Amino acid sequence: MKSLVIIEHKNGVLHRMSREAISGAQKIGGDITALVIGENAESISSELSNFKIEKTIIVNHELVPYYNVDGYKEIIKQVVNTISPDIIITGHTYQARDFMPRISAALDIPFIPDIVELEDSIYIKQVLNSKLNASISSSSDRVLISFQSASFSEEDVIKGSSSSESFDVDLDSSSIKSKSDDPFQESASEVDLESAELIVSVGRGIEKEENKSIAFELAEVIGAEVSASRPVVDAGWLPSSRQVGSSGSTVSPKLYLSLGVSGAIQHVVGMKGSKNILAINKDSDAPIFEIADYAVVGDLLEIVPKLIATLKDS
Amino acid sequence: MKIAVLVKQVVGSESSLDISPDNKWIDESNATFVMNPPDSYAIEEAMNIKEKIGEGEVVIVSMGADSVQKVIREALSKGADRGIHVQTDGTAFIDPLNTAKNIVSALDGENFDLILSGLQSDDTGMGQTGVLVGELLNMSTATLAIETDIDSEHIRVKRELESGWFQWVRLESPASISIQSGINQPRYPSLKGIMGAKKKEIKVVPLSFHETKQQVEKISIPQKSKETEIINTDIDSSVKRIVEILKSEVKVF
Ligand SMILES: Cc1cc2nc3c(=O)[nH]c(=O)nc-3n(C[C@H](O)[C@H](O)[C@H](O)COP(=O)(O)OP(=O)(O)OC[C@H]3O[C@@H](n4cnc5c(N)ncnc54)[C@H](O)[C@@H]3O)c2cc1C
Ligand SMILES: Nc1ncnc2c1ncn2[C@@H]1O[C@H](COP(=O)(O)O)[C@@H](O)[C@H]1O
Repeated sequence: MKSLVIIEHKNGVLHRMSREAISGAQKIGGDITALVIGENAESISSELSNFKIEKTIIVNHELVPYYNVDGYKEIIKQVVNTISPDIIITGHTYQARDFMPRISAALDIPFIPDIVELEDSIYIKQVLNSKLNASISSSSDRVLISFQSASFSEEDVIKGSSSSESFDVDLDSSSIKSKSDDPFQESASEVDLESAELIVSVGRGIEKEENKSIAFELAEVIGAEVSASRPVVDAGWLPSSRQVGSSGSTVSPKLYLSLGVSGAIQHVVGMKGSKNILAINKDSDAPIFEIADYAVVGDLLEIVPKLIATLKDS
Repeated sequence: MKIAVLVKQVVGSESSLDISPDNKWIDESNATFVMNPPDSYAIEEAMNIKEKIGEGEVVIVSMGADSVQKVIREALSKGADRGIHVQTDGTAFIDPLNTAKNIVSALDGENFDLILSGLQSDDTGMGQTGVLVGELLNMSTATLAIETDIDSEHIRVKRELESGWFQWVRLESPASISIQSGINQPRYPSLKGIMGAKKKEIKVVPLSFHETKQQVEKISIPQKSKETEIINTDIDSSVKRIVEILKSEVKVF
């Protein structure tokens, strides 16, 4: 088994999920080659030299000093055609979502994304709003896969020593069809969820905008901040500064009390570090209950007003 | 500007999910179907771009069983111009490369300037079909667009990156762009729109690629990783227990 792990990095820092990808590749076993692209590739490769892998390939081409989807596609295509890996691995990051499908279509190999577990060429991913798992097999002798955040632990990476070598690619400026401006952050937010001790979080189960008042009331009674899932923010019911999840804040309060949140992975990655998770959901199969310490099955619109009244009385 | 929007019909989030007897998917006869929620943002964005430019065509493309004509009609009632239905026999597809090849062949001769898709389908969650179609058609691509600045001269999109970062990207035409949810507020169909949609054309195209490279071996219920206290009683007892937890176990006061 030969695998190629495509490394992600920003400002000279290795992405956590690339370490997890190496860890996953080590579980699969066989020869592991890491690929680092861009102007910071040298410094990243020196960090990789401490891992038990076969080697690191460095591609530093003037046309692709930093991430560009067209450049990545061309480079990875050429590396794959040269070293012929059986399996090409990344973390399931936003960047991987952007370039992996391009390689899949360009090389006609399947991309099985967002894998949570694997056993002998069977890849397990969540389907149907994370309520079920699908075990997927491929009839192709080469596959692209990406690992869901935290499916493998970066602490489990086996240390060792490995060498690096640079790799020449043949790139033409006409193949770069998109040009990116510098990344930026939107203006600072009105709330600081990340340091909140207690959080009441609302999901689409709140049903109507006017119902958000019960979440604010509960939050006031216990002294919590209010956060939200993405659809609540998308609907314009709460500002994006209150969003928890992969495209919002990551929180780890003493209590995360969620109201009508289903528990999709993109939400869960932002809150699973909470010390105590109490979830209220009317669906006893809601995935949020898998990570909850306390799973309250019921209608939040009935339970929460009574809860507020009881807390106020005592 | 000629714009295609890829729209999928998926099992709704409130649907019952009974595992099928062969253990390979769910029993779809007990399921309820809806338009893939992220795709409604792609439709709205296409309509906005057409309205801003002041001319053009929005074509809805959906692959699936005959029931997908319902989501195509829904999009037509919001103002899209016509539909293309890539017809399957209804078995669930977990092979996005196969889906993309079939969509590409159904688009033969269309020459779209822009293809918009949702960022991910709620059932299989592959998050790639729009990009695959783009690459197969030799288009430029971008994912997770949270704002667009598109006219007949240029294509610019603001992409969402991780942890609250964004980036503007300029793309050569033609381009295939996946739209992040929340980019706009999707409109509801008007009564006039619903009436008008009945007369709009939906072209039915058969599958042309049958080879699949990935398949589901088994569907299973995820294992719990944590010990959870389940509180599933009448409301008063639930409330009493929550108060106890807040006071004595989590100690919020
Ligand atoms: C790239 C990407 C990034 C994303 N980023 C984020 C992110 O940062 N944050 C995020 O949250 N999501 C994110 N998402 C979206 C995520 O996949 C889910 O769609 C979202 O988290 C679901 O939100 P929800 O739980 O509020 O809604 P739903 O999934 O619709 O769940 C609503 C829940 O409420 C329950 N319910 C309904 N009525 C009641 C009631 N009366 N009482 C009690 N329970 C009730 C239902 O049983 C259901 O479980 C992202 C998705 C992608 C693809
Ligand atoms: N069968 C299909 N028919 C039309 N569009 C689809 C189909 N499958 C996926 N798409 C589009 O591709 C996007 C991503 O889907 P997926 O790659 O399945 O997660 C969806 O949001 C749709 O816009």
